[in-house]
Amino acid sequence: MTSTGSTADLIRSAKQARDLGQFVDAIPYARFLGITVAPEGDQLLATLAYRDSNIGNPQLPALHGGVVGAFLETTAILQLLWQQESILVPKTITITVDYLRSAGPVDTLAKATVTKLGSRVANVHASAWQDNPEKPVAAINANFLVTPAED
Amino acid sequence: MNEDNLSPAEQIMFHGLQMIPHSGELGIEPVHAARGMAICKLPYQEHLVGDPETGVLHGGVVTTLIDTVCGFAGISAPEVPSRIATLDLRIDYLRPAKPGRDLFARAEVYKLTRQIAFLKAEAYEDDPHDLVASATATFMFTGKRPAAESS
Repeated sequence: MTSTGSTADLIRSAKQARDLGQFVDAIPYARFLGITVAPEGDQLLATLAYRDSNIGNPQLPALHGGVVGAFLETTAILQLLWQQESILVPKTITITVDYLRSAGPVDTLAKATVTKLGSRVANVHASAWQDNPEKPVAAINANFLVTPAED
Repeated sequence: MNEDNLSPAEQIMFHGLQMIPHSGELGIEPVHAARGMAICKLPYQEHLVGDPETGVLHGGVVTTLIDTVCGFAGISAPEVPSRIATLDLRIDYLRPAKPGRDLFARAEVYKLTRQIAFLKAEAYEDDPHDLVASATATFMFTGKRPAAESS
């Protein structure tokens, strides 16, 4: 009913349509990096399309570590939005990125698993790979605030 | 930053920023560098927003800026600058970045070993004591190190 296009409205309609892509398209930075998302059962499969502009090491060449970290953080947030009832965007408290292999100049995929969804805090693990899910290029462990402070 | 009379650490950062496609894409600017430390600036830009409703920068942008400054601080830390790879990066998000404001990040190597650099980094708008994010990172040197430094 609302036509304001607020973030909450976007998430509500994206969840109803079972298509978080609508929401991802509304995040300027996610669009800028080239992130898309598709449901795969209870999990989401996120894709970071290869772009020259995402390169951090032109010699190897390899994607920028920050881009891979941002991609994984976005995947984790989307997975939480997919699973939780709430339409509030989780707030990142801490994120730890492990860089396991250099990420080459091809598309990168990622999936996230919610290890704990509490009433206030959620813990999420996500990993990114290129040709083989068994050989991740990077992984994150992150804590999110999932409810607003009552003030 | 004056391009003349650059110190070795400043040269690494200045030329590094020009060579890294993603840093150029984000518009990251050099501010100051010394051996084992670096400061960069990220001008506020609409396409780096994570929440279109508030205009707050995406957390991933903060990750990328911090990863970038840590990289320059790490490369310049050894007596002979060396190539590096990020092993891990942990970021504490202390508060949202203020919409419309440029973001700065400062990184410093607090422990240097033959193979590993341990770093601390912070992100802030204009007051280095009022932090947006705080981070610790470890980098591994991947280039050949001179034997003299291995003792």
